[in-house]
Amino acid sequence: MSDATESSRTLVIEREFMHPPQKLWRALTESPLLAQWMMNNDFEPVVGHRFQFRAEPMPNWNGIVDCEVLVAEPFRSLSYNWGVGGGDSGLQWVVLLTLTPTEGGTLLRMEQSGFGPDQKAAYHGANYGWQKFFGNLEQLIGKIE
Amino acid sequence: MTALADHVFKALSDPTRRAIFEGLTRDGEQTVHALTRRAGVSQPAVSKHLTVLKRAKLVRHRREGRETHYSALPESLAPMVDWLDQYGAFWRDRFDRLEDLLKRMN
Repeated sequence: MSDATESSRTLVIEREFMHPPQKLWRALTESPLLAQWMMNNDFEPVVGHRFQFRAEPMPNWNGIVDCEVLVAEPFRSLSYNWGVGGGDSGLQWVVLLTLTPTEGGTLLRMEQSGFGPDQKAAYHGANYGWQKFFGNLEQLIGKIE
Repeated sequence: MTALADHVFKALSDPTRRAIFEGLTRDGEQTVHALTRRAGVSQPAVSKHLTVLKRAKLVRHRREGRETHYSALPESLAPMVDWLDQYGAFWRDRFDRLEDLLKRMN
């Protein structure tokens, strides 16, 4: 895991690209460009826009990711829901892409964290989110064996 | 994703179940009564949550008299950890492709 930080069990991948944020933003938000490196899609950089990524179906996955744009701040940050398995019974994740200008280009940080459809349900009056769960996962895994 | 990984993720997609599982991992074996007191939901609801956790092999139970005791099986998180690693590989591969695309763009 050379370019992933291990600070939290939320999946984080960072990489510096020797290109300006404006160019990176185009690759992240123009549907035909996005299709060239991610998957076929009907993405639009508009908050609330629902779209799909479509890949070849695989065993246990129909190849479809159901998404909704949550954040679209030009040249800075982009976030969308990432749903696989469809509907309320499926798995929901949030992908957050953050662009930070560097001396030679742009640092792109991808964070993928998950939450259930009933994330808002309270436990002891407090949200018991995936964030915290992943934070503790390391400790749980320490108990394996 | 394998069927078991699917069960693990679905079991843990619920915040109450995550809290139950984590409580069992942290504090060790507990009775259904004790779990119900802590969860702040009804005993039938807790039993239902435990059934889902059991199907994912995240907990096991044993009976002692009239009480059922539950304990965590944290090694069952392994498919989830594998899955995260796979997603890590997925994003690194996509970032490679993004790098190629950026080179081709004006």
